[in-house]
Amino acid sequence: MIAEIGEIVAEKTFTLGRDSLVRYAGASGDFNPIHYRDDVAQSVGLPGVLAHGMLTMGFAVQPVVDWIGDSGKILDYQVRFTRPVVVDAADGAVVTVVAKVGALTDAEVRIDLTVTFADQTVLGKAQARVSLA
Amino acid sequence: MNPELQGRVFAPTAPYLVGREKIREFSRAVFATSPLNHDPDAARAAGYDDVVAPPTFPIVIQEATLAQLLAEADAGIDFTRVVHGDQRFSYTRAIVAGDELTATLAVTGIKSLGGHSMVTSQSTIVDASGEHVVTAISTLVVRGDE
Repeated sequence: MIAEIGEIVAEKTFTLGRDSLVRYAGASGDFNPIHYRDDVAQSVGLPGVLAHGMLTMGFAVQPVVDWIGDSGKILDYQVRFTRPVVVDAADGAVVTVVAKVGALTDAEVRIDLTVTFADQTVLGKAQARVSLA
Repeated sequence: MNPELQGRVFAPTAPYLVGREKIREFSRAVFATSPLNHDPDAARAAGYDDVVAPPTFPIVIQEATLAQLLAEADAGIDFTRVVHGDQRFSYTRAIVAGDELTATLAVTGIKSLGGHSMVTSQSTIVDASGEHVVTAISTLVVRGDE
């Protein structure tokens, strides 16, 4: 399954619409209006409605889950939220995830995620440690 | 923000019963398409009791603890100024449908940086038998006056 450090193990593009945010709000219980009302988002200095950071964290790990086939092998998953994903009402937002081997031992692999929106990374230190047992 | 929050441990949350349809709903919301998230037979074939929750599902249980923190009378946290700084989950095992989970919040770090305050909290999530399932660690950034 594993080859070497630096190898890209998964890569996927996600297209978010406003409906994706409504769906995530309902599923997660996070009804902060900055995720569905432009006027509220703009009143706090944002360009418009943003994706929930936890939505981005949630789908960013899915290419890793699909690669390992069992999310129960994930030991640890962390991210920093560094930039917002602004979701246009008409055009949505396209977010790309690249999952690369960052570190490797006999027991586990660390996958480093590069998550990009509009040519800028939106997550920092996005890492999943996966058991190879 | 009140620096005396550091080290404070909150009462455990009311038990959260994880439903199969809730896992499916959450899975659809985070683009999780693995059969283990949706199909009980596939999950059982992989050794689980029922459908498996995606890795970020513990946020649903952690949410109740963050609400405790924001509601703490002496915390001095203005919700409208809170931004999620970082998030981490450390797993003992995956959550599955049927789990009854309880979370206990501890404030592990408070610091100030450039007019902003940062509060790091840890929610320890255990199952009905008290066994550790996952620990969720969040840093919330409370923006200062601009």
